[in-house]
Amino acid sequence: MSQDELRKEFSRWKSGTYEKARSRFAERKERFEGSSGREIEPLYTPLHTEQIDYLRDLGFPGEYPYTRGVQPTMYRGRLWTMRQYAGFGTAEESNARYKYLLGQGQTGLSVAFDLPTQIGYDSDHELAEGEVGKVGVAIDSLLDMETLFDGIPLEKVSTSMTINAPAAILLAMYIVVAEKQGVSPDKLNGTIQNDILKEYAARGTYIFPPKPSMRLITNIFEYCSANVPRWNTISISGYHIREAGATAVQEVAFTLADGIAYVEAAIKAGLNVDDFAPRLSFFFNSHNDILEEVAKFRAARRLWARIMKDRFGAKDRKSMQLRFHTQTAGSTLTAQQPDNNIVRVTLQALAAVLGGTQSLHTNSRDEALALPSEDSVRIALRTQQIIAYESGVADTIDPLAGSYYIEALTDGIEKAVMEYIEKIDEMGGAVSAIERGYIQKEIEDSAYRYQMEIESKERIIVGLNEFTTEEEPPKDLLKVDPAVGERQKAKLLELRATRDGSRVEASLGALRKAAEGDANLMPFILDAVRAYATLGEICGVLRAVFGEYKPSGV
Amino acid sequence: MDEGRKIRVLVAKPGLDGHDRGAKVIARALRDAGMEVIYTGLRQTPEQIVAAAIQEDVDVVALSSLSGAHGYLFPKVAKLLKERGIDDVLVIGGGVIPEDDFPELKAAGIAEVFTPGTSTAEVIDYIREHIKR
Repeated sequence: MSQDELRKEFSRWKSGTYEKARSRFAERKERFEGSSGREIEPLYTPLHTEQIDYLRDLGFPGEYPYTRGVQPTMYRGRLWTMRQYAGFGTAEESNARYKYLLGQGQTGLSVAFDLPTQIGYDSDHELAEGEVGKVGVAIDSLLDMETLFDGIPLEKVSTSMTINAPAAILLAMYIVVAEKQGVSPDKLNGTIQNDILKEYAARGTYIFPPKPSMRLITNIFEYCSANVPRWNTISISGYHIREAGATAVQEVAFTLADGIAYVEAAIKAGLNVDDFAPRLSFFFNSHNDILEEVAKFRAARRLWARIMKDRFGAKDRKSMQLRFHTQTAGSTLTAQQPDNNIVRVTLQALAAVLGGTQSLHTNSRDEALALPSEDSVRIALRTQQIIAYESGVADTIDPLAGSYYIEALTDGIEKAVMEYIEKIDEMGGAVSAIERGYIQKEIEDSAYRYQMEIESKERIIVGLNEFTTEEEPPKDLLKVDPAVGERQKAKLLELRATRDGSRVEASLGALRKAAEGDANLMPFILDAVRAYATLGEICGVLRAVFGEYKPSGV
Repeated sequence: MDEGRKIRVLVAKPGLDGHDRGAKVIARALRDAGMEVIYTGLRQTPEQIVAAAIQEDVDVVALSSLSGAHGYLFPKVAKLLKERGIDDVLVIGGGVIPEDDFPELKAAGIAEVFTPGTSTAEVIDYIREHIKR
């Protein structure tokens, strides 16, 4: 059958069979739309994928442009890493939760830090009041980090740390803890988030202004490529951009625009693209719209491969591979009928796996209510295990490829993302687009539209604006012991009284000098960490030299 | 309240929490409902929030926190307002807040607590009905 025949037959079906049915029974909606406002057609056929050239646009797994996956065997070789983000209270409590999760078959660690740690304040700082140990574990010094990984062999696990503005300091602590376990840095596997641009745009845990922040990031790229070669030096994150309200297209567009900014900054700092780009990793969100999400992941891989090859002249194929972690969408979870969230998380996790993720966090059903309880975390992990071992989707590579809809959608998302990237380029790149508030405004507009759709019931959320029931308040929610703050304060007092104060002072003085110049700061930070200088002291020195970021236009 | 004077609302993010999607959506919805809204931005201390409330002469302070620090931060704002002799400002809060915490927050002077899934229309109606001046 020729394309012309098909075109004729398709238009016959559409204006005949289809229209006849539609005029008799109206469809559920006037217009069906994806998250980005793109219209969804009633039917996709080979006509919708005419412009796609298999070898050019899809290729094979493990080969450019990586649309079908970054590894040649994907999950037939090894399943994705099941990595649940966890951490709360003190280092002792979090250590116990990590050992529990590893005992339940989890294959990687993911550390959540509390907000004072993420913003570079010690637990006894006045701004830390009420926040210590709440959204993650409180780490004030190397001492806490030693406790956090006590009894966990660092050469055997891979550890992801959600830490951004003070990423260099937490990485230094991890390296020193490993040293003390007798593990050299070249054997360490893991990731630091280290993605400051999305902090300005969507997540909020910034400390320093963009310029010194970009310097810290490129310092880490440089230090790790020589000393910690298996470490993922950044996790360029769309997750929080999506959580803040962005659409699927915006998520990919703003994330890749941030990625471009990091690559440009590193090249400007004199690094060779293929020396650092293989260690760049990504982090995406996964929502309920399975097909759109699968297409999104595939489009993101193809886009990054093309950007790295064509725009930055990368030669190493590893530089072109977009490897990513996925977390299911926290913002889609409802406080109403929370058990329904298990189903949402299943759909979202399935989309991530069908999209070829390298690692996955599945949210717990009670996260719209509180920090997850141990029971809820176990169900979330079991959800991944059921997909992995029972669903069959891991047995062949990129199984949705070739679906007319999936391929047309992958292509459409790629084009829409490129339009955004071109617009951001015209503004001078992601840093200036953020500084003028463009990216924030785009995200806010989408968030508001989404909320209004829920309120007008254009968008149905089961149990929230439809199919509601009277409910008892949920029980057995996890509560963080309010004494955590006091315990951390006491530990700090003791540390300050017992450590070698002159060594602390000398190392902080050297760091300050280095920060004022243009040396790589990692060796100086490592020295300060070894001397048991606190996170707040080290950030304090850098705050004094670099200043603090002040968001504009609030 | 004076006829013709728009309701003035301070939407505030106390503490270190960076989740501002809800605060911004609420701010915009209140504005669309005809209120004057001042949004503080992130990382405000209770002292800064109270100072802004006084300076802007607001009728409502709407606090948002999703980091679990509401139990410390919300009552602190209410207490500081009281200490400054302000008793005609409606203080409300929202975020990921377990129902177990409601009684303590209400006793501390937080008039109402809104949790995930609340529609902006509910908040607008609540403010119109409960405003103190």
